[in-house]
Amino acid sequence: MYTAPNLVLPRVENLSSLDVYLKHGGFDAYRRAIHLSTDEVIDEVKRSGLRGRGGACFPTGLKWSFMPKSTDKPKYLAINGDESEPGSFKDRQIFEYNPHQLIEGILIASYAMGISKSFIYIRGEYHKWVRLMEDALAEAYAKGYVGSGMKQTFGNDYTTDIVVHKGAGAYICGEETSLMSSLEGDRGYPRFKPPFPANKGLWGMPTTINNVETLAAIPPIMMLGGDAYAQIGAKGHSGTILYGVSGHINNPAVFELPTGLLLTDLIYNYCNGIPNNKRIKAVIPGGSSMPPLRGDEIEGVRLDEESLKVLGTHIGTAGVMVMDEDTDIVAVTLRIAKFYHHESCGQCTPCREGCGWMEKILHRIQDGDATSGDIDLLYDVASNIEGNTICALGDAAAWPVKGFIEKFRDEFEVLCKPQRSFVALNVVHGKRSTASTLVRQA
Amino acid sequence: MEIAFTSEELEQIEKLKALYPESKAAIMPVLWMAQKKFDWLSEDVMKHVAEVMDLPYAHVMGVASFYTMYHKKPMGRNHVQVCTNISCMLKGGMEVYEHVKQRLGVGHTQATSDGKFSLEEVECMGACGGAPMIAINEDFYENVTLQSTDALLDKCV
Ligand SMILES: Cc1cc2nc3c(=O)[nH]c(=O)nc-3n(C[C@H](O)[C@H](O)[C@H](O)COP(=O)(O)O)c2cc1C
Ligand code: SF4
Ligand code: FES
Repeated sequence: MYTAPNLVLPRVENLSSLDVYLKHGGFDAYRRAIHLSTDEVIDEVKRSGLRGRGGACFPTGLKWSFMPKSTDKPKYLAINGDESEPGSFKDRQIFEYNPHQLIEGILIASYAMGISKSFIYIRGEYHKWVRLMEDALAEAYAKGYVGSGMKQTFGNDYTTDIVVHKGAGAYICGEETSLMSSLEGDRGYPRFKPPFPANKGLWGMPTTINNVETLAAIPPIMMLGGDAYAQIGAKGHSGTILYGVSGHINNPAVFELPTGLLLTDLIYNYCNGIPNNKRIKAVIPGGSSMPPLRGDEIEGVRLDEESLKVLGTHIGTAGVMVMDEDTDIVAVTLRIAKFYHHESCGQCTPCREGCGWMEKILHRIQDGDATSGDIDLLYDVASNIEGNTICALGDAAAWPVKGFIEKFRDEFEVLCKPQRSFVALNVVHGKRSTASTLVRQA
Repeated sequence: MEIAFTSEELEQIEKLKALYPESKAAIMPVLWMAQKKFDWLSEDVMKHVAEVMDLPYAHVMGVASFYTMYHKKPMGRNHVQVCTNISCMLKGGMEVYEHVKQRLGVGHTQATSDGKFSLEEVECMGACGGAPMIAINEDFYENVTLQSTDALLDKCV
């Protein structure tokens, strides 16, 4: 079992209170950062090998270095706490148990990039966690750790502001360009890239978007040093990560553990295995957008981006969903398709129409009205969404559908008929009032 | 009720606008304020929001209709949200939803005629580790059963 200290969610009681946070070395990392040049801070983050925890795994230091240096335009940082990817419930733990470390991470990022204002975008359903984050921020402001008070507290000229912004129920607003549209007060439509946010982001100004967990990992990186952090976990995707395990599992929870952990370790050692010792049929390793692994594939699988990529899937948000042997795979695929259909913003035809078609075809399969040609059609529709849309929601919708068909085709086939029979005509006829009159007379 | 923010609320709105480089960005927090105060976003409420935000009504309407949590029709005093996404579904979320639907006699985004309850089948709420889960208004309840759901509904006033 891994016993090294947790970096993002340390086991310290009442850490959400600023006093306790300060007692445990709070804001020491920021103090360290402001004694370095901004380039040195970015370099430290680059050397740590930290990759974004929002799903796309983009190297954080590299992202920060895209921000223009010599500009008199205001620069913004958006912190992505939309956390709506099914299977993900980890950023919420940071709002609740370690909000000041997130604030400190934001300060370090802000200093490194010369940010004038940051916006923490939290999904609307997280009423309680919005309040907790607002309370923590108010405390940090009141005690001079954010805003104009920083000058005195840290003896340095740099100050920055942070605003908490509450969403209102839209998965798509977790996509970074949609988040920007939403923050600006428009419908949350994703925007085409380029221009990239670092050049033209919020209100047309240079902007960086980072996930909550990504920024909460920054203070430990400043304290340990980038090189030491890079030694933790898997090569190429270093550090600790918050694994959120759910589904058919004895001990579902969020665990902070190194990247590259064995999936079987996570399931059987940390989560105590599957209820009633059932076998595993499928595991989704990183939130519902990611292609599944079959139960007979999980032996030896390591949970980091590079290892999972080889297996045709991704670490995503590290939301691990476990399904036991009795799981109805078609029902799961249909539920996922329904989700993406519901959440598609409708701007791109392949996504808007394709997601609708996937849901319809899956319904047909589940209802026993499909032939195996429909499975091919479903696969084809998914393939035509992938890569043909403005934002990655299209891919996110296509991947799991394709993945489940590839890995569990039999489960779809058994529900299909060899040939379609066209009873449908009679059903329509039966709905006509004349027809029902006839029935009644008989 | 007259559809108007009080002068204190208007002051609060000006403060919200000042948080952003452009005041339009305050529309989401202001819609939240409006929903809290007037229960739901009727045409008149959205017109009032448009006025105080100095935005076209069509824009306010466009934003309000983009997000599922802004109610465009009256909901019950106790808005019951049942998650049926994957992790919850695997743990019986669909059965919880069917149960609540039967008990309340209403469907997705419908309110009971006495205005006490409304129901919504919601997507993943970020509580998958506590699946199946429901939320009543702003509060989450995790690891629910049909019995504990009934008990929660019994307590609602
Ligand atoms: C449909 C969709 C939904 C997303 N939802 C989230 C989310 O809820 N939270 C998040 O941090 N990133 C989400 N992302 C990823 C963001 O676009 C972005 O890559 C990320 O926030 C960048 O932060 P990072 O580099 O720190 O990971 C989503 C992406 C897509 C395509
Ligand atoms: S891919 Fe889907 S969600 Fe993304 S912009 Fe296009 S229609 Fe909207
Ligand atoms: S699936 Fe129900 S809370 Fe995530």
